[in-house]
Amino acid sequence: MANLTSNFIGIKSPNPFWLASAPPTDKEYNVRRAYEAGWGGVVWKTLGAEGPPVVNVNGPRYGVIHGADRRVLGINNIELITDRPLEVNLREIKSVKRDYPDRALVVSLMVPCDEDSWKAILARVEDTGADGVELNFGCPHGMAERGMGSAVGQVPEYIEMVTRWVKQHSRMPCIVKLTPNITDIRKPAEAAKRGGADAVSLINTINSITSVDLDDFAPEPKIDGKGTHGGYCGPAVKPIALNMVAEIARSPATAGLPISGIGGVTTWRDAAEFMALGAGNVQVCTAAMTYGFKVVQEMISGLSDYMDRKGFTSTADLVGRAVPNVTDWQYLNLNYVTKAVINQDDCIKCGRCYAACEDTSHQAIAMSPDRVFTVKDEECVACNLCVDVCPVENCITMKELPKGAVDPRTGQVVGDYANWTTHPNNPSAQAAE
Amino acid sequence: MTNSQLTPGVVPGRLTAESYCQNFADVAPPLDGHEARVAADRCYFCHDAPCVTACPTAIDIPLFIRQIATGTPEAAAKTILSQNILGGMCARVCPTENLCEGSCVRETAEGQPVQIGALQRFATDTLMAANAHPFARATPTGKSVAVVGAGPAGLACAHRLAMRGHDVTIYESRPKPGGLNEYGIASYKAPGGFARAEVDWLMQIGGISVVENWQLGRAGDGTLDDLLARHAAVFLGMGLAGVNALRIPGEDRDHVTPATDFIAELRQAADLAALPVGRDVVVIGGGMTAVDAAVQAKLLGAENVTIVYRRSQADMPASRHEQDHATAAGVRIIANAMPVAIHGNGAVREVEFAYTRPGPEGIERLPETFRLKADQCFKAIGQTLEGTPEAIRIAGGKIWIEHSGRTSLSRVWAGGDCALGGDDLTVTAVAQGRDAAEDIHTFLMGA
Repeated sequence: MANLTSNFIGIKSPNPFWLASAPPTDKEYNVRRAYEAGWGGVVWKTLGAEGPPVVNVNGPRYGVIHGADRRVLGINNIELITDRPLEVNLREIKSVKRDYPDRALVVSLMVPCDEDSWKAILARVEDTGADGVELNFGCPHGMAERGMGSAVGQVPEYIEMVTRWVKQHSRMPCIVKLTPNITDIRKPAEAAKRGGADAVSLINTINSITSVDLDDFAPEPKIDGKGTHGGYCGPAVKPIALNMVAEIARSPATAGLPISGIGGVTTWRDAAEFMALGAGNVQVCTAAMTYGFKVVQEMISGLSDYMDRKGFTSTADLVGRAVPNVTDWQYLNLNYVTKAVINQDDCIKCGRCYAACEDTSHQAIAMSPDRVFTVKDEECVACNLCVDVCPVENCITMKELPKGAVDPRTGQVVGDYANWTTHPNNPSAQAAE
Repeated sequence: MTNSQLTPGVVPGRLTAESYCQNFADVAPPLDGHEARVAADRCYFCHDAPCVTACPTAIDIPLFIRQIATGTPEAAAKTILSQNILGGMCARVCPTENLCEGSCVRETAEGQPVQIGALQRFATDTLMAANAHPFARATPTGKSVAVVGAGPAGLACAHRLAMRGHDVTIYESRPKPGGLNEYGIASYKAPGGFARAEVDWLMQIGGISVVENWQLGRAGDGTLDDLLARHAAVFLGMGLAGVNALRIPGEDRDHVTPATDFIAELRQAADLAALPVGRDVVVIGGGMTAVDAAVQAKLLGAENVTIVYRRSQADMPASRHEQDHATAAGVRIIANAMPVAIHGNGAVREVEFAYTRPGPEGIERLPETFRLKADQCFKAIGQTLEGTPEAIRIAGGKIWIEHSGRTSLSRVWAGGDCALGGDDLTVTAVAQGRDAAEDIHTFLMGA
């Protein structure tokens, strides 16, 4: 069993798996069960300002995208921040933290964009003994219409201003949660850093309509015949989240800023990928909402086995390990040449590689009358589509041509590393020294 | 229940009323909506799919499964039925393990094919439950075609001709249409009067009339020349009416009958408890007919049922799935044994067999023999062509046809079990009937 303990901006937890601020962390009952199931930490569902709590819709608040066999690929929601009284939440937070001192407990906050509102709530949160706060600048629905959530997160100046207030009025570590509903994720991250944030967490949910009722002609989830955009999450958003995490991790302006990775983490492998791209820990919601709290046990055993296999003695050994390998397109090696190879023993002869290549790519797969599929090296551009659509894992692989070999497609000899910046077709190519 | 499984002789009522119901219920219950969705999700939508190649009617299987997966089973049914108008029955009786499912790439990948047959049934049942007929007749051509035999080949031919606008008269020797679907398959494969319901549904195309109890060449009915005088073309799809004889001593003893008669009688029985069956039943043969007769004898309450086949078990024409079905029902299969005599006094009491082995000239009889106790013996060693017009060319015991179903006679086509090239399968008969109809259509329209 590898050592999974995590120290994220000074907040310790027995493992790097936290539950994200969301419905699963809305109350004491759930959070206690989560800790009992093994979750290392919890970000308590977003608290609002003192006063009458917000109200939620009383019809469906979740929409869904299914894969084969109704596997949940993505969920969107139109739920708002906690609809329970502030004092009840604070009392429960205090009670839970007292009973689980070894677990991380961070409180998510969203109050109106004025200094007094933030100052007021920070004092009360500090009193609970919580380990830190997360500023919800991400929620894309409902609260944004009232000038909060992603309405703040989409304006870097506001992020910086509020973060500064929080750091001024509280000693607690401060995580700024970012919205992906923005053109360049590095800008809000830089703003959070300027404001003094200890970390950023991302991504919050993505503006979305999951489906349309084709009888009522209304978006789902629909409330009395109308629908509104909701926040999309789950496995479907993972690629978007991974890229945004990597962009912040590799940007010189934000490099080294701790990141809590969020977005479709479902298995240990997803978590490890986020961590390799620079996330110090991960936050999970949809996987728990789909399968229950027990999923963390697979994440723990899987990450532990992986770390043992790799000889990592601490999660820090993994964090950021892939960041140096994230680069710009212009630096990719244009002299790296591969060809698809189909393993005939593993091939089940479905012909999907053929259909994909013949209809939509480079006509680089031959099909014999007895359904033997072979790659035509002289046509194959190594696009990888056949690998992607093949139902049998590792049946089709990419084989690298060794240096000095001739690419049958181009007739060119495979040479040393060379990229677009020096390519003769590039009008702004730098002359070779 | 007057008798039991232990009552000697051939008697009715060996079981309780409840047992008959249970034993003859749907052998493969239909998928519900959820099961169909789960099963459909497994299809890989293969390119030039092997399952389609394996289907004699070339149903676009990946397309219809995708249509089920996307919540449009009626569209799926139309995809099926446009290639195979008896897709509902074929979903029940096709040896899918040898055809579409046997070639499914997921059989290769995981030993577990997509449930194509069950999905096909789901789609066609959905459409038929709505009593919808998705095909419309073309403008009437005024041409008339005779179809001899209302079995799968004749029905498929008639439907396609009617769809093309021709008037069709089907001449059927039995009191009901359906052919082997109605008279020749085990009743648990298509319970609930499905064969009849499917024919009624098929007839909704319009332009088809059926003359029942009419046999080709029988005095008072008519000859091929009569049909040719009345119709512009004739399609022969009358199947195989004759039964091969054992040609052994004692074959004429009581309770030695063709398995096909037993199956037909059982299918038409209003009350299964009234149907007599032996305590010890021996079935001679190795095809689907042998299995259907043996299993149903067992289900009717026979104590011991044995199938005896003269070659090895691997050589049995019945599919492995069918063999397993028989053994699971409690039927014993003895391979490599040939009948040599039927013993008894009036009625059969024992059947004597000699062991065999394969030799250079076919199977060889070995000296050693054994006897099986039997108070009923079914012959299921194949059927033969009967009642064909003399002028027509016969090859290999069947009506000679070209690929398009044309016979040696002008204006006469043939298909199904009576014609060359079939595999004695419903689905092959449908393909031949359909293709002959298209050729007849081309011929009639003067192409």
